[in-house]
Amino acid sequence: MNEILRVEGLSKTFKLTRKQQQIERTDRKEIVAVNDLSFTANKGEIFGLLGPNGAGKTTTLRMLATLIAPDKGDAFIDECSIVSQPEQVRAKIGFLTSELKLEDFFTPNYLFEFFSKLYGIEPEVIAQRKAKLFERFGINNFAEVKVANLSTGMKQKLSLVISLVHDPDIIIFDEPTNGLDVLTARAVTDYLQELRAVGKTIILSTHIFSLVERLCDRVGVIIDGRMIACGTLEEVCDDMTIEDRFFEMYKEVKGGEE
Amino acid sequence: MKSNTLTIIKKEFARFFGDRQLLFTAVILPGLLIYIIYSFMGSGIKKMATEGAEELVTLCVENLPVSVAPLVDAIPAIAVSQQPVSHEDIDKLEDKNLNVVLVRFPEAFDETVATYDPQSGVAAPNVEIYYNSANNASSRVYHMLEGSLTAYENQLSNRFDINRADSEEAQFDMASQDEVLGDILSKLIPMLILMMLFSGVMAIAPSAIAGEKERGTIATLLVTPLRRNELALGKVVSLSGMALMSGISSFIGIALSLPKMIQVDASGMELNYTVSDYLVILLIILATVLIMASAVSLLSALAKDVKNAGTMITPFMLVIMLCGLMPMFQSGASENLTAYLIPFYNSIQVMTAVFAHKMRWIPVIVTVAANVVYTGIAVWGLTRMFNSEKVMFSK
Repeated sequence: MNEILRVEGLSKTFKLTRKQQQIERTDRKEIVAVNDLSFTANKGEIFGLLGPNGAGKTTTLRMLATLIAPDKGDAFIDECSIVSQPEQVRAKIGFLTSELKLEDFFTPNYLFEFFSKLYGIEPEVIAQRKAKLFERFGINNFAEVKVANLSTGMKQKLSLVISLVHDPDIIIFDEPTNGLDVLTARAVTDYLQELRAVGKTIILSTHIFSLVERLCDRVGVIIDGRMIACGTLEEVCDDMTIEDRFFEMYKEVKGGEE
Repeated sequence: MKSNTLTIIKKEFARFFGDRQLLFTAVILPGLLIYIIYSFMGSGIKKMATEGAEELVTLCVENLPVSVAPLVDAIPAIAVSQQPVSHEDIDKLEDKNLNVVLVRFPEAFDETVATYDPQSGVAAPNVEIYYNSANNASSRVYHMLEGSLTAYENQLSNRFDINRADSEEAQFDMASQDEVLGDILSKLIPMLILMMLFSGVMAIAPSAIAGEKERGTIATLLVTPLRRNELALGKVVSLSGMALMSGISSFIGIALSLPKMIQVDASGMELNYTVSDYLVILLIILATVLIMASAVSLLSALAKDVKNAGTMITPFMLVIMLCGLMPMFQSGASENLTAYLIPFYNSIQVMTAVFAHKMRWIPVIVTVAANVVYTGIAVWGLTRMFNSEKVMFSK
């Protein structure tokens, strides 16, 4: 398989404010969010980053999306460096997280065209893509409804559609089913599989074991910012369920604490 | 019940004292603002009072009465000349560069006043004081003399009048109508324009930048290939455009209401402003709104949310207000060209000069150029902020 993402020794440390020190109940002045992380992802596969809250999954994905810069290391998306070529990287990826919101004031039609223009897409291509994606996610009937008046599920679908306006080859989803109702969550995961089937690469983060089992071709287990295991489910699980294997690794790293 | 009330009170105070920004805005800032504004106004008033105090004024007095001589002697920096005041002398006062005040007392003033009966129905003896309000020194001496004579008149139970207009043509302030009107407008309108522009920017900018951060929509833009400098420039230009619309609306309102406000018809005054005067004002409004939108955008980008942006912008508003108040405490626009490098102050100075019919092109050019350069620097700063994860994503 062709490698499309290569992560090399990515590290990120955050300074803690006094307020954060109080919340974290620590005297440490900084926290290592991601520690020398390396992995690869191939074309046409779904790669899952599995880990508990605070493991560094979101920080890793935000670095890959060039929203934040790594302190050390680099990652290459289709041979473009996230450190030195962030604009080229952004043109190649679709990034979606529940933290990214759409302006309430605008309609799906307007937003689709607005973001398409930011990606420099030709008008005729915009119309084709919009028709296809709106049809696929049932947005057509709401195309002229302001985002403020859409249901939560419809907003999520629209966010997904907007992240795909430029038909990226690599799609990065942070907790793709977080906060979604069961129907929307199913629509999203089905679509991820469709994208994989047409050769797109998906990097997702999750703490949901069933999602990893159902979707991921390969998985990387992250605990305390470090990659503990990485490979196919068979390679990582070692004849165990992913859930049992994860807790075994967690105990090994944390020395028995849970 | 009582204890619950106390619990609520405690909670409200805990919230109040726990929020440093709220504490600063609600407790520290009001006192600080009053202190700064009043101190500034105090020094402005002092400056006004002493303006022209060192310039020697020739006080030509016709029929100086013995009773009034000590009052005249008490006025500092004057050279008294006792001589008849002719019509030619009065006409010469139209030249605002002359430091002269002319006073005409009736003959045998003291005797007439002593025997005058206010109940008689006969007009009281009239003291005529001619001056030019466009000349600071002349104006100062006029006000001091008029004040002393009014006090003396009160002591004598109003047995004489000062500058009583016995006919419609009577004119004691020899400044031209343009100068008088220009002086009034130059003190009022620039401040109004600046405040209108600021309220326009304030209504839009915090929501457009801090609001986008708060709502999470800025991050959606930041994951696109959009360059940060394109985003910064787009924000500043669009915000300036919107604030400009708001400013122009205010400007039209001011232009239409001005004749009514100063009662042009009743006073017989005319607004003698040319098209180029109005164009310069529009140019200055544009240059001002650019730098204003840039500055508010920078502060909004630093803020965590709209509320925080409001707190951060308050001290900036103080600076704008102080600049707006400047013309009230100065006579005419600054002559110092370097003053036109100071943002906001420069705009106020140029507008003051235009309204006072004293516009010079070099300060206009310096002001516009300086504001464009500062806007460029602000856009660069905003670009850096859009690139900074600490600024964009800190909670």
